[in-house]
Amino acid sequence: MASILFYILAFVLLAATLLCVTCRNPVHAVIYLVKGFFALALMFYLLGAPLIAAWEVIVYVGAIMVLFLFIIMVLELAPREQPQGPGWKRWVPGLMLAAAVIFCSLLIIFQDPSAASGNPAHFVGPRAFGEALFGRFGLAVEVVSFQLLFAAVGAYYLGRYQPREQDKEETS
Amino acid sequence: MSDLLLSLALILVKLGLIFGVILGMAAYLVLAERKILGRMQLRHGPNRLGPFGLIQPMADVIKLITKEDFMPDQADKWLFLFAPGLTALTALLSFVVVPFAPPLTIFGRELPMVVCDLNIGLLYFLGISSLGVYGVVIGGWASNSKYSLLGAMRSIGQLLSYELAMGLALIPVVLSAKSFSLTDVVMSQADWPNLLKHPVAFLIFLVSIAAESKRTPFDMPEAENEIVGGFHTEYSGMRFGLFFVGEYINLVIIGSMLTVLFLGGWHGPLLPPIVWFAIKVLFVAFCFIWARGTMPRLRYDQLLHLGWKVLIPLALLNLLVTAAVLLAIG
Amino acid sequence: MGLWRDIKGTLQPFWVTLGYLFKKPATIQYPEEKRTPPPRYRARIVLTRDPDGNERCVACHLCSAACPVDCISMQAAETEDGRRYAAWFRINFTRCIFCGFCAEACPTMAIQMTPDYEICDRDPLNLLHEKQDLLIDGCGKDEEYNFYRHSGIGVVNPRGGNADETPPVDPKALVP
Repeated sequence: MASILFYILAFVLLAATLLCVTCRNPVHAVIYLVKGFFALALMFYLLGAPLIAAWEVIVYVGAIMVLFLFIIMVLELAPREQPQGPGWKRWVPGLMLAAAVIFCSLLIIFQDPSAASGNPAHFVGPRAFGEALFGRFGLAVEVVSFQLLFAAVGAYYLGRYQPREQDKEETS
Repeated sequence: MSDLLLSLALILVKLGLIFGVILGMAAYLVLAERKILGRMQLRHGPNRLGPFGLIQPMADVIKLITKEDFMPDQADKWLFLFAPGLTALTALLSFVVVPFAPPLTIFGRELPMVVCDLNIGLLYFLGISSLGVYGVVIGGWASNSKYSLLGAMRSIGQLLSYELAMGLALIPVVLSAKSFSLTDVVMSQADWPNLLKHPVAFLIFLVSIAAESKRTPFDMPEAENEIVGGFHTEYSGMRFGLFFVGEYINLVIIGSMLTVLFLGGWHGPLLPPIVWFAIKVLFVAFCFIWARGTMPRLRYDQLLHLGWKVLIPLALLNLLVTAAVLLAIG
Repeated sequence: MGLWRDIKGTLQPFWVTLGYLFKKPATIQYPEEKRTPPPRYRARIVLTRDPDGNERCVACHLCSAACPVDCISMQAAETEDGRRYAAWFRINFTRCIFCGFCAEACPTMAIQMTPDYEICDRDPLNLLHEKQDLLIDGCGKDEEYNFYRHSGIGVVNPRGGNADETPPVDPKALVP
C-alpha cells in the first residue's frame, strides 16, 4: 500500500515540477511547485518522518515559495495580458494534481488508524530527530549553518547602503 | 475495526462541534468588535436588529450572500475564485490541534478534548498559519488590480518579517514543555503560566501574532485609506465574506494559541476548565479589538524594521538565555 | 529615556480608550429620540400668507432664478385688481438642496424655510410639491410684513398712498 502511494506521489511530484518549469505564468509555476512540495511532504510522512514533513511545509511552502512570490510581484514578472484561451483546460492538470495529493493524504489517514491520532506506526519523533541532527550529523549541520552565515554576511555586504559619489560631493 | 470507526466518529463529532462554535464565535466577534469600537468612539454600534443588535450577523450573512459576485476583467479566474476559500479553510484548519479542555473519560475511554492531538501540533500550527498568506497573496495577485497587488506584496513582506520571530519565540515554550504537542504545553503550565515564565517570548509572540492577524496596528495589507482595502479590493459578496470570516476565525485562533501557549490553557481556579479556556480566549479577542480602537496603523517599513532589527535579535537572545537557564536548573 | 516615553506612549492610549468604553454614547437614536432643530434651520420650504390672509407670492420668478438646482417652477397670473399671483407653483424636493437662496431672494417673504426636516418618501412623485402642499395658513417668520402695504402698485392703495412711500414723481412737473 505504501509503495503504491509512493508511486502516485512521485508521479505527482514529477508532473508538478515539470509543469512548474514549463508554465509561462510565474505565479502558476509557483503554485505547481507548492503542490510538488506537498507531495514531497507526504512522501516524508510515508517514510516515517512527520517532523521533516512539517518542516517541508513550514520552510519551503510557508517561507521560500512566499519569498519567490514576493520577488515575482516586485519585479512584475507576471504577463501583462493573460491568454484568453479556454480557461478550464489550463486548470485540468493543476486540479488533478491537487486532487491526487488530497486523495493520498485521505488514504493515509484512513489506512493507518493510528495516523488519525497523530502517532503513525513507524515514526521518528522530534527527540530522535534532534539527537541525530545535532549528535551524529552535528559537524555537517554546523558547517552548513556556517555556510548560510557567510551567505547572509555576503548578502549584507552586497546590499549595504553605499552613498553614491555625487551624494558624497553634495554633502561635503 | 469498530474501535477505528468509533474514534473516527468521535473525531467527526468534535470537528462538527468546533466548526459550529468557531463560526458562531466568528460571527459574534464581528458584532462584538462593532459594538466595542462603537462604544470607544461614543457611538452605539449596531443595535437595530434584535436586542443589542444580536441578529445583526445573520443580516450581514444574508446581505453578503445575495450581493453580486463580481469579478474584474482580465482577472485570473480560477485563482480569483479559489483564494478566499483558501483563506477561510486555513484559518479553520488551525483549530484542529488546539486543546480546549483536559481529556475527558467517558464509558471507560479517554477522550482527548482536542480534534487531533498531533505530537507536532505546534509545527502544524506554524505551517498552517504560513499557508494562510497564500490566500491573501493569490487573491491579491489574481484580482489584476494595482491596489490588490500592493496589498498582496505588503502581506508577504509582513509575513517575512514576523514569521521568523514568531517561530523563535515559541522555542522557549517548547523547551520548558519538552514537547511539540499543545496538550503537553498546557500540562506543563499547571503551576505557572508561561506568561510569567517567558515574558519576553510572550511579548515577541504577541507582536508577531498581531502582525499575522492583519489587524490594526499591522493592517497594512488591507489599509483602507491608502490602498482601498488591499487584497480584497476587488472582492464582493460572499467571497469577500470568506476573507472577512477568515479574519475573525483567525482572531479566535490567535486567542486560543495565546491561551494555550502562554496563558495556561484551561488551568484556572474554581470554574470548570472549558469556561476558563473560553474566558481567556475572549479576553485576548477583546484585547485585540481594544488595540484596534486605540492604535494607529504602523508604516510598512516600520514593521520590517521592528521584525528584523528588534524582534529577531531579541528572540534569539531570549532563546539563548532560556536554554542556558533551563540547562542550569536541569 | 526615549524608550520609557515610547512605552508610556503605547500604553497610555489604551487607558484612554478603556475610559471612553464606559462613557455614555453621544448618539441620538433618531426615530425614537428626535433633536429639536433651531428655528432658523433650513428644511421644508413653505409659502406663507400675509397678515390679511392673502398669498404673499407675487410670482416674480426671483426664487426660481436664484435656485442653483432649478427645482422651483411657477406660472404667473394676475387678478382683476392687478395683484399678481402664481397660477401654479411647484417645488421639486427630490432636487432641492435646501440652500435657502430662494428664501433670501424673495422680496415679499412668501417663500420661507422651516425646521421640518422629515421629508423622505419612497415615491419621488410624492416629493413634487404643488402650491396647495406648500401654502400654509400663517405668516411664517415675520408676522407683520405685508408687501402691498409697502410698495403695492395700485392694488391695495393708490400709487404712493402707502405709509413709507413717497408719492410718485410727475416727470412732466419738472419740465421748466
